[in-house]
Amino acid sequence: MPDALVATGLGKRYRISTRPPATTLGERFAQLVRAPFRGAGADEELWALRDLEFRIPAGSAVGIIGRNGAGKSTLLKILSRVTPPTTGEVRLRGRVGSLLEVGTGFHPELTGRENIFLNGAILGMRRREIAARFDAIVAFAEVDRFLETPVKRYSSGMYVRLAFAVAAHLEPEILIVDEVLAVGDAEFQRKCLGKMGEVAGEGRTVVFVSHSMQAVSALTQRVLLLDKGRCVFDGPTSDGLARYRAMQGVGEADGARFVADADDRPRNRVRAARVVTSDPGAVHRCGEPLTLEFDLAVPEPASTLCFSCKVVDAEDRNIVHLWCFERDARFRREAGDYTLRFEVPRARLFEGAYTLRAFLSDRRTNTMYDELHGICRFEVTMDGLARDDYAWSAGDCTYLESAGWTLARAGDPAVQRGTVAP
Amino acid sequence: MPPPPPTHADPPVLVIRPDSARTLGLAGDLWAFRDLLWSLADRDLRLRYRQTALGVAWVLLQPVLGALIFTFVFGVVAGLPSDGVPYFLFTFASLAGWALFAGILTRASGSLVQNSPLIAKVWFPRAVLPASTLPAALIDFLIALLLLGGMMAWAEVAPGIAILTVPLWVLALAMLALGLGLIGSALMVSYRDVQHILPVGVQLLLYASPVAYSASNVPERFLALYYLNPLAPLLEGLRASLLGTPMPPTNTIVWGATVALGTFVLGAAVFRRLERRFADVI
Repeated sequence: MPDALVATGLGKRYRISTRPPATTLGERFAQLVRAPFRGAGADEELWALRDLEFRIPAGSAVGIIGRNGAGKSTLLKILSRVTPPTTGEVRLRGRVGSLLEVGTGFHPELTGRENIFLNGAILGMRRREIAARFDAIVAFAEVDRFLETPVKRYSSGMYVRLAFAVAAHLEPEILIVDEVLAVGDAEFQRKCLGKMGEVAGEGRTVVFVSHSMQAVSALTQRVLLLDKGRCVFDGPTSDGLARYRAMQGVGEADGARFVADADDRPRNRVRAARVVTSDPGAVHRCGEPLTLEFDLAVPEPASTLCFSCKVVDAEDRNIVHLWCFERDARFRREAGDYTLRFEVPRARLFEGAYTLRAFLSDRRTNTMYDELHGICRFEVTMDGLARDDYAWSAGDCTYLESAGWTLARAGDPAVQRGTVAP
Repeated sequence: MPPPPPTHADPPVLVIRPDSARTLGLAGDLWAFRDLLWSLADRDLRLRYRQTALGVAWVLLQPVLGALIFTFVFGVVAGLPSDGVPYFLFTFASLAGWALFAGILTRASGSLVQNSPLIAKVWFPRAVLPASTLPAALIDFLIALLLLGGMMAWAEVAPGIAILTVPLWVLALAMLALGLGLIGSALMVSYRDVQHILPVGVQLLLYASPVAYSASNVPERFLALYYLNPLAPLLEGLRASLLGTPMPPTNTIVWGATVALGTFVLGAAVFRRLERRFADVI
């Protein structure tokens, strides 16, 4: 098989200004007047990608994994031509279709039918191609009853299904997929994985970026592991995932903390996150109060700004979902730096390791400002909740509930009482 | 299953390099992505009148209301002469040309920022966005022309042979507007205050151009200065071709057309120089 994709010496440099960049013409003029011989403020350099070399044979499915800030999204942006590289080159054989974010290019006021045509055109399809595949797209997305409904009335599941369906029917030789499976129900995720597998089976190439280890191992035979902009592993998926897990372990000394890389561009984002556990060393005793804190930078408030987070277990399952979609939340009206605290009075997570996912988005424009995965790893123990007779074992449950119990013997009015869990 | 037919004139091997500028040129890019251009234009047209009480009636009402106000303020109150045609027709014709220019300029300038999620996520020739504002502006203009034709027939004002030059005036106005719009949109990506400066500039330009009055009312000693504004000969010329009023002097027409073409070329050059940075800055 010839190579579908060859990258040589690929690098991307961002200039980071030590002073805030001018965002208005007025500021820019003021800067020019004060320091006429300095540039726009290019003072520091950050290599988001450095010296990347790899080849991907046609018909294979390759996963790209790495921590937040490792350079995955920069690589995808280069592959999909959104941003040019600073050094090196990529050779792509065949049409590239990218599914970077669900619903990019959907317009909430347009109907499902209108959006299929619009989104297809944005992804590079010709009108008659879309018309020819229209029925297949609708059938795959299961939205036939809602074709004439504006997509703003769609559920998020329907939204994702439609977006994926359009991109999947683009039938590109190279399909670039970025974390689309985070949304949608389990059945649809299976369907999407199936469709991607099918695409790879037809001799097309799939480049797949995901934080879901299950999805990566189900779909790909090979992974590239990125760290600080460099490729640190290129080989079989199982070895790559093991290496990635080991790499994440290194950061454990930090405990349940996450601090985002410095970024001077004024954009809505999550600056930092903390999990305040009951015990030191990021250890939490089941049933104790648990606090999740997020530092948010909101330079651009929006009337439908939404923050949500999930507590995720070691098997990548979402266990707890917390959100702040309050209509009059202050960050929807005023720019500024915020700290959002979720206080769970009694966190009854079952023993095991957990991480957080966090999402900062705008529902109306369907913009995902920030999306973090695998941050703030912490451990839950069942210390102090010992059960006689049956010791706790993995898989007993995912979450404990407290309950009162009563025990009554037939024909006896006396009732025995007790409680379960704290 | 056979591989799908190649589309969008993509070469079989695509090389992405730091300097790999587009290979097709602006016109080639726009042609290759004409379906996207139409889809975006179609979206804007549909959205404009969806969830509005009057719906499509707005297309007819807007120019008529504008011309009525101008007729009252400038024709009745100020009593400005109108080159021998009814003042309402006079200002309606100029407003149609003006709306074409201003509509393309303001919509094209905002097009990149309004579609920033697209720019950050998907690749396509960026010029598709400003260019996709053309069809809506042209359709509005054609509707205004139809209305004008009806009113001229009713008022028994006959156009002369010069009506054949209407497409040329429209072309010059559109090039001028799109050239400025390309520059405006590229600036707005980096500098958001452009969106506040621009409407002020457009408003000033309205009164510096022969929309409510005729250039024949401008005092002789200011006329040379007056005709420096490329819109002056272009709007005068459009009106003359529609209503049979006097044509502006030939040298001013040459000047206006040259500036329009020059602005368009400059705008396209500036846009293409900056376009690769858009996704990083927006």
